[in-house]
Amino acid sequence: MSNKPPKGGRRLYLDGVSVVFDGFRALNNLSLIVEPGELRSVIGPNGAGKTTMMDVITGKTRPTAGTINFGEVDLTRLDEAAIANLGIGRKFQKPTVFDALTVFENMELALKAPRGPLACLRWALTGEAKTRIDSTLEETGLLDRAQDLAGILSHGQRQWLEIGMLLMQDPELLLVDEPVAGMTDAETEQTASLLVRIAGKRSVVVVEHDLEFVRALGRRVTVLHEGSVLSEGSIDHVQNDQRVIEVYLGR
Amino acid sequence: MSATATPLPASRARLGLRAGLLVALLLLAAMPVLNQLPVTHPLHVSDFLVSITGKWICYAILALSLDLAWGYAGILSLGHGAFFALGGYAMGMHLMRLIGPRGVYGHPVLPDFMVFLGYRELPWYWLGFDNFAFAMLMVVLVPGVLALVLGWLAFRSRITGVYLSIITQAMTYALMLAFFRNDMGFGGNNGFTDFKELLGQPLNTDTARAGLFYASLIALAASFLLCSRITRSKYGRVLTAIRDGENRVRFLGYNTTHHKLFAFVLSAMLAGVAGALYVPQVGIINPGEFSPANSIEAVIWVAVGGRGTLVGAILGAFSVNGLKTWLTSAAPDLWLFVLGGLFVLVTLFLPKGLIGLLKGRGA
Repeated sequence: MSNKPPKGGRRLYLDGVSVVFDGFRALNNLSLIVEPGELRSVIGPNGAGKTTMMDVITGKTRPTAGTINFGEVDLTRLDEAAIANLGIGRKFQKPTVFDALTVFENMELALKAPRGPLACLRWALTGEAKTRIDSTLEETGLLDRAQDLAGILSHGQRQWLEIGMLLMQDPELLLVDEPVAGMTDAETEQTASLLVRIAGKRSVVVVEHDLEFVRALGRRVTVLHEGSVLSEGSIDHVQNDQRVIEVYLGR
Repeated sequence: MSATATPLPASRARLGLRAGLLVALLLLAAMPVLNQLPVTHPLHVSDFLVSITGKWICYAILALSLDLAWGYAGILSLGHGAFFALGGYAMGMHLMRLIGPRGVYGHPVLPDFMVFLGYRELPWYWLGFDNFAFAMLMVVLVPGVLALVLGWLAFRSRITGVYLSIITQAMTYALMLAFFRNDMGFGGNNGFTDFKELLGQPLNTDTARAGLFYASLIALAASFLLCSRITRSKYGRVLTAIRDGENRVRFLGYNTTHHKLFAFVLSAMLAGVAGALYVPQVGIINPGEFSPANSIEAVIWVAVGGRGTLVGAILGAFSVNGLKTWLTSAAPDLWLFVLGGLFVLVTLFLPKGLIGLLKGRGA
């Protein structure tokens, strides 16, 4: 496998992370390491803390306790925009693309470039930027939809646009929340191969319910339960883990 | 297949819109000229129509500024009238200083109301307003700084939606109460009036009136070009994206506070310019301009015309004010009901406003 760590690749490191909302422990002493270039699947029943884990990594929620580092950087001290600019991109569970803009404009907005108001006012699309956008659109299968408003895309296409927008940010680490929810089997397969292609150059963390999809990704799996790690290993390993069967698979 | 990622050619509807705008601009520009024709001439335009159109042009600039903040950035300001009034007061202060010894009390420096209230000397914040350039700087700077401070506090704390609207409404109300006070040094409830001249021109001449009319028209055209340049840039698309999903824009790495602040401050400055052009044309500025109702009316112009289109804001300002002028003389008691009803009807049946109706026809 060509899972060479990317140049300057950084490791995502969570240690003893807890999040308490009004006495409810959404995350409970969670520890997790994602190596540079790794593709990691995170599964778990509803309320296991999968989305909260994404939230604390991306700065949406502050952990009550614990350490979250990306390489040497302490993520708990940064806000969403700063974390995004550090190279951590996130795809939400519900696709949130900008309906009033075209597919191309959505991609252009996500393209890594100076983010200030004046820089955006002066922005002019260069040939290089256009080539990058077009090639990413090609990779996500949306090139022929470039000039359509994002609002008219199908559900699957919106998910791919989101993934495409993530790639435009040129992140080192992608957090992908339920990418195949509501997709057809064919779309699910295409999404799996897209994510496998992306990983290697970048680290990818996929949160998913769909075990067949996780099997198709075929990499290391982390099972969350009640806010902490229940089991970790290959898909076969976790599927045969007695504790996992009890809380998740057996139900 | 070739890459389809090239900008669309200007559609026919868009060309039609541009042609319509140009015709409207020329018609407006002709009004002061036609006003010079003899009263009996069929093409004569009355003084009343010219002066009221001059006011509407200023309202259209205010509507444009509000559309930039609300229609694009999603900041529903219910206090934009305050920025308009502050620009107006800055211009009013300049006009008061230019009265000089021609006031009723004949004081060489102090405006009449200050003599009346027993001021011995000019308050420090009136210094410099005798200078036109300084006063014009204040016309944009005072609303701009207020918007910067208010916006920074609100956007940084992630106050949005209704809460932000209430804060802006409270701001204009607080300013109204403050400006009503005599000891603020802004003439209390009488405000400023009896202006004599501007840039060496007596204000009561046709030349001065035409000059102000054209200055307003040029300001409107320039504001429109500026706003359309902004909204068609990538910055404009960032604003639209913030309007539709601010959180998502943050995760793309944009500091949305800075982006909203930039739009809000720029919008407040434009509103200030509108107010400054308005005051010498109507000949008075008083704290009533800060009234919350004024700000809400401006929101209704934009909603009726169609927000997020710029042209719609201008169209709305002219059409709602046209209706108001007609109705307040035909059936004065009805106006507020009609205004409220208009807002409800537009919200329910014409979410894209008049411009949506026009575009619907064109398509």
